[in-house]
Amino acid sequence: MSTSPPVVQKDSSQIRQKEMIAAHFHRLALSPETGENNVYTFVPGNLTELIRAFDLLPVLPEINALQSGMRGKSREYIALAEKAGHSEDVCTYVKCDLGMMKSGNIGPTGERLPDPDLLLLSYTGCFTFLKWFEILQQEYKAPVVMLHVPYQGDGTITPHMRDYVVEQLRDKVIPALEEISGQAYDEAKLKGLLARSRQAEDDLVWVLQSARHRPSPIDAYFGAVYYVGPIFSAFRGTEEAVGYYRALREEVEERMAAGLGPVTPEGQLAEERYRVVVEGPPNWTSFREFWQMFVDEGAVVVASTYTKVGGTYDFGFRHDPEHPLETLADYCLGCYTNLNFPSRIDMLCRYIEEYQADGFLINSVKSCNSFSAGQLLILREVERRTGRPGGFIESDLVDPRYFSPANIKNRLESYFQMLDQKRSGGH
Amino acid sequence: MSTAAPPLSARQQFLRRAEDCYRDYSLQSVQDWKAATGGLAIGYMPIYIPRELLHSQGVLPVGLMGGGDDLEIIRGDAYYQSYICHIPRSTIELGLNGSLDPLDGMLFPAICDVIRNLSGMWKLLFPDKFAMYLDVPQDFHRLRGGRFWRQELEQLASQLTACGARPYDPDALRESLALYNTNRRLVQALYDLRIREPWRVPTSELYPLLRAGMVLPVETFTSWLEEFYQLLLADDTCRPMDQARVLLTGSFCEQPPLGLIRTLERAGCYIVDDDFAIIHRWLQHDIPLEGDPLENLANAFLEDAMASPTRYIDEAVKGAELVQRVQASRAEGVLFCAPSFCDPALLDQPMTVAAIEAAGIPWTAFKYSENTGQFQVIREQAGTFADALKLWSGH
Ligand code: SF4
Ligand code: SF4
Repeated sequence: MSTSPPVVQKDSSQIRQKEMIAAHFHRLALSPETGENNVYTFVPGNLTELIRAFDLLPVLPEINALQSGMRGKSREYIALAEKAGHSEDVCTYVKCDLGMMKSGNIGPTGERLPDPDLLLLSYTGCFTFLKWFEILQQEYKAPVVMLHVPYQGDGTITPHMRDYVVEQLRDKVIPALEEISGQAYDEAKLKGLLARSRQAEDDLVWVLQSARHRPSPIDAYFGAVYYVGPIFSAFRGTEEAVGYYRALREEVEERMAAGLGPVTPEGQLAEERYRVVVEGPPNWTSFREFWQMFVDEGAVVVASTYTKVGGTYDFGFRHDPEHPLETLADYCLGCYTNLNFPSRIDMLCRYIEEYQADGFLINSVKSCNSFSAGQLLILREVERRTGRPGGFIESDLVDPRYFSPANIKNRLESYFQMLDQKRSGGH
Repeated sequence: MSTAAPPLSARQQFLRRAEDCYRDYSLQSVQDWKAATGGLAIGYMPIYIPRELLHSQGVLPVGLMGGGDDLEIIRGDAYYQSYICHIPRSTIELGLNGSLDPLDGMLFPAICDVIRNLSGMWKLLFPDKFAMYLDVPQDFHRLRGGRFWRQELEQLASQLTACGARPYDPDALRESLALYNTNRRLVQALYDLRIREPWRVPTSELYPLLRAGMVLPVETFTSWLEEFYQLLLADDTCRPMDQARVLLTGSFCEQPPLGLIRTLERAGCYIVDDDFAIIHRWLQHDIPLEGDPLENLANAFLEDAMASPTRYIDEAVKGAELVQRVQASRAEGVLFCAPSFCDPALLDQPMTVAAIEAAGIPWTAFKYSENTGQFQVIREQAGTFADALKLWSGH
């Protein structure tokens, strides 16, 4: 029996991505000395280009929370927040973030995160974000600026929704960023950042769509959460992001040319036995274990909705440097969680068809009403429309109390058995 | 020998009427109204919708607040995981069992993620019915949120017209604003009377009336409010008791069962302010009648609405309004009483608790769901709290 620890396989893009993110956290840690100011904001509806246009550094509390989950810190952080009076019923991201703050705000790389210079409440598709920043505002006494992004209740972006967002950007958000940074708004600079976003977005979409091939060279859920990291967080609009996505694309091109499947934590996936689409966020506290359950079955996720929370690009949206504020508005309005139920269902059905999936799985997250409330209808409706079997599992984002490995494994096994039966013509 | 029950007093008869009205899930009163007027009836989820606008177009706004403890959930549970609050599942149940058939459509105001998702589910489940998500601004500046909200209202008006309602008419809206102004004043008068003499206005009696007011036409509801006020004044049997004055907060969407309200009163609490059926008091003053009525309606939402957890409250005022309400109602303590899994209420609670504590106001907290059947634990908790309040305040 070998006693050496398992070797975690990483492709070079993953290593590069890790280095980029670590460098960003290091820069944040040094910012009290360097005098660089930061802006706390959210992933869905993030205005990274605009923030960067003022040379400000973005901080994403959700990313910190998910990293805390992956590092095994979330249990203790959530307990701290609950001890401080936060209900066991509410979003665990919020509690994890608060617990981290109360424990000294040590970020994922072990360095301290600076307190917010500005809370930019730009959010889409989730009311909890409002509460989250109200809480942070009270805790940090930092200034806050709110960007209200209307919900796509009718499945479309109307001119009046867009105008409303643009007016808020122009009259409220930009002046707040000017004040914090001491810099005037420079539209040419913003346009440059948006042009780079576009380039990176083209490559990201190419990578995500490579999963149409058989075997898929990527895992579009577990693997892709790494891929979307830079573009959904602090890097959109930067040269680093352009370089990263170019390199990632080349890496995936090579894999595809060689007929290879995705790289998993345990190495090359030997055989693609099932192609599935996944709806809902992953579990972070047992991320690897969760992924392994798929790998053990030879299941590859060929498309996922979660990788669209920070921007839905695969149906054609790209940042448009010629209309900087309008394009930022359209970006915010189009994030996955800002889509209504019929649109979410359409998207899943489309993925199942376009990526030739055998079926789809919903990971329902206990503390996230935004994703989860009503997902059973999604299950039913997508099954009805596509004729492909759906599976339903339940866990949580960062609360380890709600990840039951035996139960989830059982459910997944029976789900894959069902796919087998379906293939062999059984019912 | 059979002993006939004593005849009901006028007040008891009135209360029975109110309770029967709001507990009638077949919406008979709505059906009667439709038969008499030929108008449209549009349901809406709790908190706020611009009822004045609907009324001015000849539409009956019908406030839906779940199924309470009367409704057996058979199909609704198949749509929701156990960790989602109760009101969306009972609303779906009512939709699927035909109770909401008298309605010509549904409005889903921006309350929370659950109601937001429910709006799309409704479109899928009831494709032949009108369903609209009504986004309310979280930017309260007249030129930004105000413009957006006005356009939402215009869109609502034209969609209602497309369903068969009268087109928007500013004069009609002005008349409707006046009717609702009167109505709000009467509701407020009852709340004020309850503050002055809570023994005269038990919340367990005021509440059914407020609930009935959500399904009745405003004209009828106004006359019921007047009638109830007169009945209260005429009733000299009510005497003050040694109860603690409490403000109850957190129950702005899914409502507790009436039994829970009664339990709190029996446990020694006078509820002197609350969040029940909050739409009746959402706007706190009259809407001006001069000038552009639609603009006035939009501005009232921006500038005169309650500080609900469903609204964004920016720097430094979180919880301040609750402290003011405690002072205005002369409450001695606060009951945080929220539905289980209610994100807006529960995420707000620690912040408002901080404000309450800073003001030196005692509080306690518990959760419920609309079909909670066991009140023993709540009774004990509320009783202990009421006793403590009485001790502290030197009753
Ligand atoms: S409720 Fe869901 S979408 Fe909203 S902040 Fe929490 S995890 Fe994110
Ligand atoms: S009870 Fe709370 S969480 Fe549930 S629908 Fe109402 S506001 Fe939303």
